[in-house]
Amino acid sequence: MSRTVRLVILTLAVLLLGSVGTGAVLYAAHRSGLRDQQQADGPAVHAGTVSLRPTTGRRLVVRNLAWGPHRDEIATVPADDPQGPRTASGVKCLRFHAAAGTGICLQAVHGALQDTYRAVVLDAHLRELRRFPAAGIPTRARVSPSGHLVAWTVFVSGDSYAGTDFSTRTAVVDTRTWAIDDNLENFRVIEDGRPYRAADINVWGVTFADDDRFYATLATGGRTHLVRGDLAARTLTTLHDNVECPSLSPDGTRVAYKKRVAGASSDAPWRLYVLDLRTMKESPTAERRSVDDQALWADASTLVYALPGDYGSDLWTVRADGRGTARPLMTSAVAPAYLG
Amino acid sequence: MYLADSRGTGVTAAPDPGPGRRPAAVPATVLALGAVSLVTDVSSEMVTAVLPLYVVAGLGLSPLGFGLLDGINNGVGALVRLAGGHLADGGGRRHKTVAGLGYALSALCKPLLLLAHTLPVISAVLAADRTGKGLRTAPRDAMISLATEPRHRGRAFGVHRAMDTTGALLGPLVAFAVLRATVDGYDAVFAVSGCVALLGVLVLVLFVPGHIAPAPAPATTAPGRPVPSPEPARPTLRDAVGLLRRPELRALTLCATLLGLTTVSDSFLYLLLQREGDLPAHLFPLLPLGTAAVFLLLALPLGALADRAGRRRLFLAGHGVLLLGYGLVLSPWHGAPAVVAVLVLHGTFYAATDGVLAAATAAAVPARHQGAGQALVGTGQALARFACSLAFGAAWGLWGGRTALAVTAGALAVSAVVAAFVLRPVPEVSP
Repeated sequence: MSRTVRLVILTLAVLLLGSVGTGAVLYAAHRSGLRDQQQADGPAVHAGTVSLRPTTGRRLVVRNLAWGPHRDEIATVPADDPQGPRTASGVKCLRFHAAAGTGICLQAVHGALQDTYRAVVLDAHLRELRRFPAAGIPTRARVSPSGHLVAWTVFVSGDSYAGTDFSTRTAVVDTRTWAIDDNLENFRVIEDGRPYRAADINVWGVTFADDDRFYATLATGGRTHLVRGDLAARTLTTLHDNVECPSLSPDGTRVAYKKRVAGASSDAPWRLYVLDLRTMKESPTAERRSVDDQALWADASTLVYALPGDYGSDLWTVRADGRGTARPLMTSAVAPAYLG
Repeated sequence: MYLADSRGTGVTAAPDPGPGRRPAAVPATVLALGAVSLVTDVSSEMVTAVLPLYVVAGLGLSPLGFGLLDGINNGVGALVRLAGGHLADGGGRRHKTVAGLGYALSALCKPLLLLAHTLPVISAVLAADRTGKGLRTAPRDAMISLATEPRHRGRAFGVHRAMDTTGALLGPLVAFAVLRATVDGYDAVFAVSGCVALLGVLVLVLFVPGHIAPAPAPATTAPGRPVPSPEPARPTLRDAVGLLRRPELRALTLCATLLGLTTVSDSFLYLLLQREGDLPAHLFPLLPLGTAAVFLLLALPLGALADRAGRRRLFLAGHGVLLLGYGLVLSPWHGAPAVVAVLVLHGTFYAATDGVLAAATAAAVPARHQGAGQALVGTGQALARFACSLAFGAAWGLWGGRTALAVTAGALAVSAVVAAFVLRPVPEVSP
């Protein structure tokens, strides 16, 4: 093959592959345009005023995933009519949680070269109080019942040059003093009464009991544990094995969490369980599908969690005592929190 | 083959260029292979850059399982590399075929990501991608050695590594540009990455010769040597293992492994650097970029320097630079300038050792065993670094990061002294 022939082939290939690539980009761009149009069968969403201290009864706040101009915005619905019209706030968050008039919003900041992330603490009117740079991709967020503490978890990948190793980083901020513990891995770990040290510790999924104590997941050596955290003593004490993304019940007696079950298919390894902290007895919920989310207690006996859906994810609900069946709560939504 | 047997290149100072000889330009084959690597790295780094985002933000999954698989992939990758090197040497003509298969396998993995929506499937695709990488590495380095005049190999590998790193730096930029244009269009990123990877395979097919005749030796080292005998039909596995009986290759493999055992993995080093230097966590992703940029800038000049000053010497000096870097991390000097200095030293270490080791290996192996020879040294080094990662992780847990680094630095110093003794210039002996 002469040099000319080879160059001609290369040019043709560049043109062909270039068109395919350009086509893929244009198609994806077009599709993202569609997302800005209201989906026909979707819920009604309209802009409005959102308060984290609602005056009109109990409300459910979510990140709205329904297609339309308010996609990805924090929106509220009446707690007793979750499929009803949504009020969108104009504030976009990847993850969100709120309690007692304090909100924590994890956002992406689209930079020229790459995305960066930040955690923004919001007041009851969704006004920014303080922002913190976040080291990676947001995944969990929680506010303590009093609204004084906020916590968030991000996934850190060394970045593309360092391979596919992931780790988590969890930060806790006191909104009264703005003091930050930006990495809970620095806390002392106590396992079976003895100090434990390892380089591969990851902590994620904080759930607050009060303004000092919290629960979280600690992973090390390929296993996950439920830990009780103490902010004043800066300790994490292991309580139970095979627990991820704990969520403390309103009365503080039970923890809902995702458990890796034996025999489940490896692409759907988690089931939703509830652990009684007094008896340390765990029991499965009636949800048979794999749940990769930090569940939320709607009240003393009901759990809310996200499962993959047609538009990102839908919210489902199931009883905490293992009875009943899983039921759909609301479509095209993620990151729920109850207000009021 | 007398070519690769000829000592004097890299071991001691290389001979002066012959009278009236212009320093040879980098051979077209090396530039073609460099272009293949550049294009392929754009493709693969595009995927690696957006994969975490895709998994967490796009699919809503927790990606922690990836970390566990990484170790397994590393081990498999090292073994595949040995197989690739050996297969490629078969008959001395299969380098391009085996490398092409490796590039093609990785290229096929990109469109597969369009269909993968669960972690195990994504992990399987990544493992296949790694297999492709393992398969192609040794034959590619063998082709670079064979195509280049022995006295210019350091420079040739320098050019190749610089082009390779350019691709690695461009990849994420392209990926985020696509992501920006499509608003979270991960499928578009994978599709474009697949197209770019195919282009890389095509450049290999079109512009890399199927059989690379070893470059002519410079006139100054050739006279008096016997005419090479025709190559035996194909090297057997036994021949490949027998390579270790060659003192020079044995010495290189031993030293690469020994020094690999005391080389802290990049992620641990960056983690320590960030903690010791009190660097804000969100700047963490910039650290590997610093190393890559320095590697890119210095790969060619240090490769050329290796050709003149001796490759083994530069390989050792590179580890000396790394030792300085460790010292700096441990020193009380903190702040941005210290971090930059460590990254410069870290990048210099890569520029002085990565391509240079391949060039030194080339000189220690006969032409018909180039693939197996490159694989042997590379695998030894990769497995050793993996073992070091495991040990370092355990040491960190026991003693804390600072002490673990201090102990590793001490071990590196000892290894460097041993390596300097093992790799000392040997007197010229006629075969």
